Amino acid sequence: MSVPPARRRATAEPAWLRHLLLAVGLGFLFFFLLLPLLAVFAEAFAAGGRAYLEALQDHDARSAITLTLLVAVLVLPLNICFGVAAAWAIAKFEFRGKSLLITLIDLPFAVSPVVVGLVFLLIFGAQGLFGPWLAANDIKVVFALPAIVLVTMFITLPFVARELIPLMQAQGREEEEAAVSLGASGWQMFRRVTLPNIRWGLLYGVILANARAMGEFGAVSVVSGHIRGETNTLPLHVEILYNEYNAVGAFASASVLALLALVTLVAKTVVEWRLRREVRMLSTALPSEHN
Amino acid sequence: MSRFIRQLCATLALGLCALPALAQLSLLNVSYDVARDFYKDYNPLFQKHWKALSGESVELKQSHAGSSKQVRAVADGLEADVVTMNQASDVDFLAEKGLVAKDYARRFPNNASPYTSTMVFIVRKDNPKAIRDWPDLVKPGVQVILPHPKNTGNGRYTYLAAWGFALRQPGGNERTAQEFVARLLQNAPLFAAGGRDATTTFMQRRIGDVLVSFESEAELIAREFGKGEFTVVYPSLSILTEFPVAIVNPVVDKKGTRKLAQAYLEYLWSPAGQENAAQNYLRPRSPEILKKYAEQFPPVRTFTVDEVFGGWNKAFPAHFKDGGSFDQIYQKK
Repeated sequence: MSVPPARRRATAEPAWLRHLLLAVGLGFLFFFLLLPLLAVFAEAFAAGGRAYLEALQDHDARSAITLTLLVAVLVLPLNICFGVAAAWAIAKFEFRGKSLLITLIDLPFAVSPVVVGLVFLLIFGAQGLFGPWLAANDIKVVFALPAIVLVTMFITLPFVARELIPLMQAQGREEEEAAVSLGASGWQMFRRVTLPNIRWGLLYGVILANARAMGEFGAVSVVSGHIRGETNTLPLHVEILYNEYNAVGAFASASVLALLALVTLVAKTVVEWRLRREVRMLSTALPSEHN
Repeated sequence: MSRFIRQLCATLALGLCALPALAQLSLLNVSYDVARDFYKDYNPLFQKHWKALSGESVELKQSHAGSSKQVRAVADGLEADVVTMNQASDVDFLAEKGLVAKDYARRFPNNASPYTSTMVFIVRKDNPKAIRDWPDLVKPGVQVILPHPKNTGNGRYTYLAAWGFALRQPGGNERTAQEFVARLLQNAPLFAAGGRDATTTFMQRRIGDVLVSFESEAELIAREFGKGEFTVVYPSLSILTEFPVAIVNPVVDKKGTRKLAQAYLEYLWSPAGQENAAQNYLRPRSPEILKKYAEQFPPVRTFTVDEVFGGWNKAFPAHFKDGGSFDQIYQKK
């Protein structure tokens, strides 16, 4: 009888401490997350709603938004293909060099984006490895869309694979084996069994990759060439406007980025919730299957 | 679903193939950071001029960033038809790489610089520290804001302006000049990362008593922060800053835009181009236009980098390369 109250006293902090910790946590979030976000919108609307809309209807701003979305649309499908293939190989098979592959997938997390940009310049730039050949064949890579897509792909490479590997490992390969033994072709097995199992994890990875693809600054800045209305992405546009003392324009564009991020965040929360439910269903369903 | 994906892929592929077909006669001008206002006004003028001259409409594209970053990008393959920079050393870099003519400065009038500016002092409202000339900047207790002299154009011009001033004083020589500049740098509480950063430090963070910057920049500060917030002081002697322009030969030869590029740069010296410079607070080369805007440009005694330092290709290694005079001063400090 005397044990539970004693244990409770040992683990439960006094009320004032709990409130203090809560206040510290919330205060931190307010000052470092909410306040900057509010400041972006306050600054964007500082000169009124009309100035805000005009800043966004500016030709350069519109093309920056279009380019940013285009880059995301081009990068994500490629990332999905790579991420699913890599996660599939790692989760379902044993092979030599597997840990090396996992390390390589994590590489983009470790490398600074500026270095990524410079590396692509070294490879595809006019004085780079393939530069002379590309110039001779009149193929533009750096300071054009291809390079922006390439560096963004490099930066966002790990997101999908990293999300899928633990999920696929947890699911094991029994279901796929069952499908194959029932006569499913490889493609049928992938579409009917694997894909439905990983869809929420996949979506979660895609959302994270998307957020990073739209927000990437450093690497893109190196290879973009800053041609207005052509190779300026939204983050670059924000910096340029700010340097030109155009605070309203800069923060209006920044608010678009912030809005895209918020939409992503909401989508992420929904997917996360679905994902958790799926995992819970999986873990409750499994024992009954075995019985 | 899969049909949708197939259609999407087809559309994207078609779109990518169609891009080159859409390209019309176009010209890319790669320029320094703060030239945007100038070329935003200049480009429509030239488009009209070219249309009247040849009947063609031309698309003019702009790229702006830090000038050294920009010339690096051009060397790495950014396909600029023309470069318009704020310092000869940047164009020299392209000349070394064989991208612009070695004698680019003689391909256009006035050292290939269609307009000039000079370094001036921007002080707090009503000049509380009574700053009138360079010697006031080395007085104890005066804080000077300037961008880093080693890696920004703005900072280099400030450094050379102070050096040249000290050199031209009675009894001035290389040693007194170095001492003078060393004292000036001692009064700098920090080195800003660039021209705009220096302005923000001085105007927004309100650090320092005097900001050394381009005359043209003072006007932009006035537009942003209000005219009454500061006073512009012209020193007795300052440096003439030139803004060289050049054609990037391999690019215009490949694209077949040499005539267009030549016309684009030449038109900078036309009355319309010169007037546009004056309206952007850059000193026009044309004496008539300068006279017309005399109120805006009080006479200043200036020297050029060529006159005092024998050109950027001598000034740069002597002062700003590793082990140059800046490093010597800064290590002593």
